[in-house]
Amino acid sequence: MTQTMDRICRRGNLPLRILIATLVGLAVLFIGIPLAALLLRVPPALLLASLQDPVVLDALSLSLVTAGISTIIVIGFGTPIAYINARCQYPGKKIIDTITDLPVVLPPAVAGLALLMAFGHRGLVGQYLDLLGIEIAFTTIAVIMAQVFVASPFYIRQARTSFAGVSRVYEHAARTLGAGPLRTFFSITVPLAITGILSGAVMTFARALGEFGATIMFAGNLQGKTQTMPLAIYGALQGDMDASLALAVILVVISFAVIIVIKTLTEKEEADT
Amino acid sequence: MTKSTSLIALAAGIAILALLVAAGCTATQPAETAVPDQNELVVFTAASLTGAMTDIAKAYETAHPNTKIVLNFDGSQALRTQIEQGARADLFLSANTKHMMALQGEGLIVNDSVGIFAKNKLALIVPKDNPAGITGLLDLSRPGIRMVMGTKEVPFGDYTRQALQKMADDPACGPEYRDAVMANVISEEPTVTSLVAKIRLGEADAGIAYASDVSEGDRAFVTTIAIPDQYNVIASYPLGIVRESVAQDRAAAFAEYISSPDGAAILSRYGFTPAGR
Repeated sequence: MTQTMDRICRRGNLPLRILIATLVGLAVLFIGIPLAALLLRVPPALLLASLQDPVVLDALSLSLVTAGISTIIVIGFGTPIAYINARCQYPGKKIIDTITDLPVVLPPAVAGLALLMAFGHRGLVGQYLDLLGIEIAFTTIAVIMAQVFVASPFYIRQARTSFAGVSRVYEHAARTLGAGPLRTFFSITVPLAITGILSGAVMTFARALGEFGATIMFAGNLQGKTQTMPLAIYGALQGDMDASLALAVILVVISFAVIIVIKTLTEKEEADT
Repeated sequence: MTKSTSLIALAAGIAILALLVAAGCTATQPAETAVPDQNELVVFTAASLTGAMTDIAKAYETAHPNTKIVLNFDGSQALRTQIEQGARADLFLSANTKHMMALQGEGLIVNDSVGIFAKNKLALIVPKDNPAGITGLLDLSRPGIRMVMGTKEVPFGDYTRQALQKMADDPACGPEYRDAVMANVISEEPTVTSLVAKIRLGEADAGIAYASDVSEGDRAFVTTIAIPDQYNVIASYPLGIVRESVAQDRAAAFAEYISSPDGAAILSRYGFTPAGR
């Protein structure tokens, strides 16, 4: 397997290789230069100082907590959807598939508006919740709902592909040996699909961390309550540019960590196969 | 799902997209062909001027078919940052003299082109059915009122805090009044448009913004309550030509039109007080 890979990489004439190298170089520069520009503008002292700023600290902890909770919710609700869509044929499957994918192509501001129309004080559902004294819009719960709405497809798609890649032979063997469906799922299917499940979960966490448009529409912008990192970055951009840059660098560092986690997981999978 | 049903679904999907594209094309074509020789003028405009400047630009384009006005709306600070970072702009309309002066200080604006073209007062904005029964500033401190205001960084949020401070300094209200109002804030909005949208949707009971922020379209859904001058913070809107602009003359002509009686009439229709230059 690795030998054929190496041969493909070595093959090809020189002009083609130069062209490919140029395209790769340009792509790396295109993404690398803005990131470098951001990092160069923030000296370490400024970064450390900004970590004392209550606005930065509130935004950081709120972002990590909400994105973490959102990821757990997405795993809880997304796993059954991903599994039945990978394994079963049922009427309306295409519709369920399309609906769960829709948030990817929907502009986040539209998602936020839709959530407000549904769960706001005068919303389709929200007006009845309001009668019961339940408030959702402009609370931390709204932040989590916006993140779940926008970020769930990243997990569901990845998990579905991973489940589809698990051979039914192993599941059948487990069932033949007397394991129930749930036990088969947790002790055979999940361990075999774990890499995809985890990288899907990490992508969802990263997307939730970066959520802006739906959050500001549905949850509003209030420090310590609904002001996540992207909102604080945008808010600070209108006044304290240093705080904004420092927050941006923190977000970039977290994103880097997230990608390294995915890379490590994927490499582990390649080593296993 | 059978092959034929998925083919039908695919065909339906393509048909929907094709219809939308066709609708988009027919809608934009006349505008493109009507003005054959377009000279673009890029105007960076404070978000609070959205309605007024859209109408002024339309009126100007009708009178001067050779000029195509491209309006870029955002908060004044964001626009200032964009100009500082070298964005292509010909004219800058700010909601705050601070940002204009900063750009002048950096040598990015033609100094003698700068002038105040409009003034604006803060007002209280409530939904039309006014579920919280708000009649004036004093109601804002009642517990349970869902209040929205601008962030402290944007001009209208800054002015709102200044107005609340003026009330806090007045012995009739006191600092407890201001603290109670601030405790009722459910969201700090980065733009006036998002603030008015939340009141219009009935998601907030009250907000403070410029009198001009209630557009003709919004007036059916929200009510404006005047804030007494003694507590008000009257905003000045300056304009200035960007030094790097390659269309200095066209920018100057459009700037003059904004201050002309035609421009002033549109500005007052949107709640601004036009200022003679």
